[in-house]
Amino acid sequence: MTAITREEVAHLAKLARLDLTATELDHYAEQLDVILQSVARISEVAADDIPPTSHPVPVENVFRDDIAKPGLDRAEVFAAAPATEADRFRVPRILDGEEA
Amino acid sequence: MTHAAADLIRQPARVLAAAICEGEVSSVEVTKAHLARIAEVDGQVHAFLQVTAEAALETAHLVDEKRGSGRKLGVLAGVPIAVKDVLTMRGVPTTCGSRILEGWRPPYDSTVVARLRAADMVILGKTNMDEFAMGSSTEHSAYGPTHNPWDLDRIPGGSGGGSAAALAAFEAPLAIGTDTGGSIRQPAAVTGTVGVKPTYGGVSRYGLVALASSLDQAGPCARSVMDAALLHSVIAGYDPRDSTSIDAPVPDVVAAATRADVRGLRIGLVKELSGEGYQPGVLQRFTEAVEILQGLGAEVVEVSCPNFDYALGAYYLILPSEASSNLARFDGMRYGLRVGDDGSNSVEQVMSLSREAGFGAEVKRRIMLGTYALSSGYYDAYYGQAQKVRTLITRDFNAAFAKADVLISPTTPTTAFKIGEKVDDPLAMYLNDIATIPVNLAGNCAMSLPVGLSPADHLPVGLQIMAPPMADDRLYLVGSALESALTDSWGHLLIEEVPNL
Amino acid sequence: MSTNHETVPFDEAMTRYEPIIGLEVHVELGTKSKMFCSCATTFGAAPNTQVCPVCLGLPGSMPVLNRVAVESTIRIGLALNCEIATWCRFARKNYFYPDMPKDYQVSQYDEPLCTNGWLDVTVATDDGPQVVRVEIERVHMEEDTGKLTHAGGATGRIHGADYSLVDYNRAGIPLIEIVTKTVVGTGALAPAVARAYVTELRDVMRALGVSDVRMEEGSLRCDANLSLNKPGAGWGTRSETKNVNSLRSVERAVHSEIERQAAVLDGGGRVIQETRHFHEDTGRSTSGRSKEQAEDYRYFPEPDLVPIAPSRTWVEELRATLPEVPSVKRARLQSAWGINEFELATLVNAGAVELVEASIAAGVDASAARKWWTGELLRVANERGVELADLPVTVSQIARVEALIADGSLNDKLARQVFEGVLAGEGDVDMVIAQRGLAVVSDDGALLVAIDEALAAQPDVAEKIKSGKIQAAGAIVGAVMKTTKGQADAAKVRELLLERLGVSE
Repeated sequence: MTAITREEVAHLAKLARLDLTATELDHYAEQLDVILQSVARISEVAADDIPPTSHPVPVENVFRDDIAKPGLDRAEVFAAAPATEADRFRVPRILDGEEA
Repeated sequence: MTHAAADLIRQPARVLAAAICEGEVSSVEVTKAHLARIAEVDGQVHAFLQVTAEAALETAHLVDEKRGSGRKLGVLAGVPIAVKDVLTMRGVPTTCGSRILEGWRPPYDSTVVARLRAADMVILGKTNMDEFAMGSSTEHSAYGPTHNPWDLDRIPGGSGGGSAAALAAFEAPLAIGTDTGGSIRQPAAVTGTVGVKPTYGGVSRYGLVALASSLDQAGPCARSVMDAALLHSVIAGYDPRDSTSIDAPVPDVVAAATRADVRGLRIGLVKELSGEGYQPGVLQRFTEAVEILQGLGAEVVEVSCPNFDYALGAYYLILPSEASSNLARFDGMRYGLRVGDDGSNSVEQVMSLSREAGFGAEVKRRIMLGTYALSSGYYDAYYGQAQKVRTLITRDFNAAFAKADVLISPTTPTTAFKIGEKVDDPLAMYLNDIATIPVNLAGNCAMSLPVGLSPADHLPVGLQIMAPPMADDRLYLVGSALESALTDSWGHLLIEEVPNL
Repeated sequence: MSTNHETVPFDEAMTRYEPIIGLEVHVELGTKSKMFCSCATTFGAAPNTQVCPVCLGLPGSMPVLNRVAVESTIRIGLALNCEIATWCRFARKNYFYPDMPKDYQVSQYDEPLCTNGWLDVTVATDDGPQVVRVEIERVHMEEDTGKLTHAGGATGRIHGADYSLVDYNRAGIPLIEIVTKTVVGTGALAPAVARAYVTELRDVMRALGVSDVRMEEGSLRCDANLSLNKPGAGWGTRSETKNVNSLRSVERAVHSEIERQAAVLDGGGRVIQETRHFHEDTGRSTSGRSKEQAEDYRYFPEPDLVPIAPSRTWVEELRATLPEVPSVKRARLQSAWGINEFELATLVNAGAVELVEASIAAGVDASAARKWWTGELLRVANERGVELADLPVTVSQIARVEALIADGSLNDKLARQVFEGVLAGEGDVDMVIAQRGLAVVSDDGALLVAIDEALAAQPDVAEKIKSGKIQAAGAIVGAVMKTTKGQADAAKVRELLLERLGVSE
């Protein structure tokens, strides 16, 4: 497993929607590297034929009946919304300047 | 605080419940005593993020009325409780210790809160925590750290430091915590209290703001094993709103706590959860507790769980991966903090600015780590491999439980450390959870209970009991037996030795 | 945005390139509640009125899977001849977009519920109908997103918008994605095959009753993938055309993309892997998001939902509920009713197939049943803007009218008047006949009086008929029908008239 670069950290920050400062980028590049080197020990485990566990308790086939019920009141829906308009959530424009 | 009130706050929940039920004391009196205690000491402890005094008194009043009218009361009716701020409570701010959720009032109750209400319990407020439950010290709360009542310069553990500190400071007789890698048990250990992580699926996660969905589990926090059992029986059980909830009867934990008998029980000492990295004072108290259990008639065997050595690595890949996805929704579009929406920024920029401003350092660190572990090209080596290690850890547990009915270890390698000591040293911080993590990975259950003060620093030491999935009753059987032997020798619960604030 | 509008005429493009198509069809299931919560799914509800903590992605909320959504998916898989997984999971597809409340979509990734199926479709060729087998790669479940409206700017489109508005009513509606394997070797038929496939798929969904499959409302959406293969030079890069909102557009989109890619390749250029948006008005597409930098969706198994492990018993129970495959049913009906493909298509488009079937079962002659449902009744339905099946006319009423025609009590014109009355809510068939006094005049005496009157009024016509110009009889018959207000049997009138004039046919 290779060391993580500052460019990779910047890419991850973009994927994760974090507008990190230059200082943070440097700091996280260093720390993530240390953490990854530490957790990389798990690659020592011979586990090729071992099935992965995604759910700790083996429960299957959990369904609900197809019955419609009332949801939230409008007031509750928008109570915490940063911006609304015409009974909808208002969000900034989707495209970046250069795309628009 | 009056003498009577001072007495009330030190009572076990079981005693308070009985007294309220018998009419010896009213729920309003009990609630007022705790609210007064919070007003008196929480400035120093900072266990609470939100105190819902008015609603608490209203509930207490209703319980008293209900009792007065002769209606049947629940087993913990009228008893106050503190709830970790990661569980939704209708109309009450739920922040998860984060700026990004400051002021958010959920329009719905989590199932745990709904069950507390249904049991006529009195919710005092929401307790402090590491932001989104990421941490082992409660220093990563955006609203400032919680202080350990045993030594205010020290951490109360985390992420549920607020709930544990509230118990140790006698601000609440019971509390709810959540445990993803030890966030109930580690705070219990360093505050001299009892905490239980139930079997995964044993307590509904509906309304628990997810950190790592396949690891998270809510559970009881208390000052005694019996109190924990009573609370466990209130919150546990199948919930159709949580698909991962187990549709089976809740193990009778109260009966087990009452029985408190370990004769003939096989207790396994996990070789890998001891030795190097554990403070001598911690190991000393642990060893003494093992001797007590032997003296009580338990058979002690040594078991080996070799893959536990990889648990920390697997955990710090699985947790950040799931967390990076669970925390994506905090984007400032529908609720929570929005930054930079000045008309010039695009939605991507506003999301990035909001998340940058709203999340603290540890949250960002783990989101980045998880994003990395899940990204194409790395998935198999990191997340995929971690899930396989998880299988091996479960197999280790299965093998160990073939030899022993329960397993034990120290809960934490050290006693409470100083605030600020490890705050920007993630690896050192992560090591606090080395003994508690395997249980979360395998989904079985565990308890931490106090076994004395470390001779080195006179701070509490916790012992962890682990049992197979849906055998939560064994935790109480062993915990209660050990607790009663210890309190017999001390003459009181360990928590009675906590310094006066 | 691409400004390259160069194209090569389709027929010319076909001389040099072999089109390879792949179709991804999304179908919104017609369940009463959403995929993971109990919110209603009514189309056209006021914005953000069918939302709850789960489909709004509020912190702490958790999904619980709708059983009917799973059953519908399995039934779709079976109808498309797929294998049904014995164990599969949902995954999270992680990417940020404001129409997605959790900023991940719960979907199936590498473990789809149904795989490896096929659907036979028929396309018309110069040599007659040709059957093409379209292979299905997978059928999987996912949740729909909310709906964005773009505000500000001139066009209402995403480009140039100042901000956007989100309605989450649609978020969490169960969506089924049906992905074909690449379809090769169809040559110039590729656009028609694409259209025929989506049409057939729509009919299958309709027959299963799992969706209302209305392309105009977005409950059936099609993305068309296309690349051109230059024989000997290997497969080209594919584009994905979205916003294809009608069956006709499916065909046009493939057609125009063939013309566009051929021009790019002819010019020595390189087709870019991208998403394109089809425009109904121009019949052309424009470039959207480039996919050169592949998105990193960071899929992982959804921990909040448990695996689905359909028992074979359950699958067989669902198989037993499958209706007849539409193509098989069409062949059967054509043969039974003695009609051609075009006539059947008229019935299908009118939504009259089941009504005709029921009418026949009630004893009505096949051609009469077709005539009523696709004639007079369809006209009224269109006029009223309702579905044929929603008209207040019953199959038994049609049977009754037909019986009265057969015994001579009604003629065609009177029968229409009967339905007019029934549709106007005047009551049942016999009540309308009684109240309106609708009955064929069969009294010869009365008819003869009317015939004599008509002959007297038009003596020139009478002469023509007598001289052998029998076709002139129509004028007299018409006059008689008029005086009897249509209540006479026209054939009877003609017979009496000729007899009166002593002429034989």
